[in-house]
Amino acid sequence: MHNTVLIILLISLSAASLLIGVSKFSLSELVSGDDLVTQIIILSRIPRLASIVMAGAALSISGLIMQSLTRNRFVSPTTAGTMEFARFGMLISLIAIPHFSPLMKMAVIFAFSLAGSFLFMGMLKRIKVKNTVFVPLLGLMLGNVIGSLTTFLAYRYDLVQNVSTWLMGNFAMITQGRYELLYLSIPLLVVAFLYANKFTIAGMGEDFAVGLGLNYQQVVTVGLSLVSLLSALVVITVGRIPFLGLIVPNIAAMYRGDNLRNSLSTTALAGPVFLLAADILGRVVIAPYEIPIGLTVGVCGSLIFLYLVLKGERK
Amino acid sequence: MRPNSDRTKLLVMTGLAALALILYIVVGLNSRNWQYALSLRVPKLIAIVLTGCAIAVSTVVFQTVTNNRILTPSIMGLDSLYLLIQSLALYVFGANSQIVVNPKLNFALAVVGMIGFAVLLYRLLFRREDHDLLFLLLVGVIMGTFFDSGSSFVQMVIDPNEFATLQNRMLASFNNVNTDILWIAGAVLAVVLVYTSRYTHILDVLALGREHAINLGIRYEAVVRRLLILVAIMVSVSTGLVGPIMFLGLLVANMAREILTAHYHKYLLIAACLISVLALTGGQFLAERVFNFATPISVVINLVGGLYFILLLLKESRA
Repeated sequence: MHNTVLIILLISLSAASLLIGVSKFSLSELVSGDDLVTQIIILSRIPRLASIVMAGAALSISGLIMQSLTRNRFVSPTTAGTMEFARFGMLISLIAIPHFSPLMKMAVIFAFSLAGSFLFMGMLKRIKVKNTVFVPLLGLMLGNVIGSLTTFLAYRYDLVQNVSTWLMGNFAMITQGRYELLYLSIPLLVVAFLYANKFTIAGMGEDFAVGLGLNYQQVVTVGLSLVSLLSALVVITVGRIPFLGLIVPNIAAMYRGDNLRNSLSTTALAGPVFLLAADILGRVVIAPYEIPIGLTVGVCGSLIFLYLVLKGERK
Repeated sequence: MRPNSDRTKLLVMTGLAALALILYIVVGLNSRNWQYALSLRVPKLIAIVLTGCAIAVSTVVFQTVTNNRILTPSIMGLDSLYLLIQSLALYVFGANSQIVVNPKLNFALAVVGMIGFAVLLYRLLFRREDHDLLFLLLVGVIMGTFFDSGSSFVQMVIDPNEFATLQNRMLASFNNVNTDILWIAGAVLAVVLVYTSRYTHILDVLALGREHAINLGIRYEAVVRRLLILVAIMVSVSTGLVGPIMFLGLLVANMAREILTAHYHKYLLIAACLISVLALTGGQFLAERVFNFATPISVVINLVGGLYFILLLLKESRA
């Protein structure tokens, strides 16, 4: 799949995303500058589009970095528990510092997801299993335990509703003023591009990377920080979107190989395309209501993941 | 001597389980409220006992058949499948059709669906000669996620008004036991349990592994398929009554194996049932009367069970 194809898809899906919705208007109304239409576009449709594109890119790049660092195709923010840790951090920040600014909360959530990522990497290092299937299983269960802990605490503090909101990522609530934190992901993605070569080398294994003169620990730390920050940003603004970071890099790698220099741009484009398509599907199926993006992606994502695992087994 | 010590352990467990049952029924009764309280508590208790036994037996049988101690029917996503079948039935036939409104018909449909899936699962996974445990686990976990999000998806698509009327019945939980199907579920479970009890010796042989079982004259494929169908029926009973509890089976089956010295299935199945009933009744008693519904018991079971699962996985990876 060439990047040009992806760019064309991205542009056409973006246009569709701007035009589809509860309040209908035609292109001519948009061009003529109708006041109401302009307002809808600025307050609701553009924020939605921007957040989908950024969240899609952020999560797929996170997945790609994690897969490279752990040398396992089945690792992602979902299958390593990172997203669950972010949700847990969100709950803690709601309990402990309810009146602080979003940025402070963001810091807490980031700290939790970073701690979660390092915990997971530490566990992987300890067990030294080479089985590709074992690693995502461990991560999923770790996420499960943290998820139960979150629910447990949420019941204690009467915050079940808040917590279940982030369980299911949803773009319906995104309007102007509620998503701007996501713009922080753009500089982070730039850093990811700058580190692409180093991640590729780190993905060849610690011994080999050190032998090539790479500061392995530093690269891993940068990678995990990027992943944690990006996941935290998405969880705080949109909520949990499962499996996206897992399947998009895998599909991109089928066409572009394992060198991050090549696959990074494809992944960064394919993520938003996939998420936009899923979002439009969720908006059309039961219009004028919509299905949360977390569900749509969960259904498609788990099926594709299943396919990837079964296919890997056959080889 | 060993079976004797196991018998003592079984007696102690029976005593503890009976104590929990009596506590649950009796505490808080007085001369004025007893009729009302009993009318609520007894059906709930019956549901808990049925569920506990169904989960315990299905898990032990499933683990013996698949020859491992980590995989359970609910980790393979069978609970979630039950919910998906129910949601699909509601979506396809609508809220007013007999299949949805009539609890017995509805349960029967779900059981048929589950059996169909069990046969499919057997075809897909257990016919392979070289099935790798971790691979099966991962596939199961993902299928569970798929069924889960699939049923939520279908529930979203259903007309909210139709859905609301049936929500209580479809999404059963410990605080909302589905008493409509209590009797039919009890009858089905009784038949299945009697049938399973005839297999205890065969299960003992199956535990030795596929090759040994075949050498010892077991018609392996036919037996395994039949047992998996029994498991599917038991999962339908438990999920239909109180909804999914992911890790209970894992906990009780492994505890039974730890506590008993000899692994005769005759004792193993009874022990697992007793532990399961004890855990559920005791847990529900604590949740209702001591913690005042502050925490649903399934959340606690999932928390403890998840940690135990990770422990088992780590142990498996070292071996």
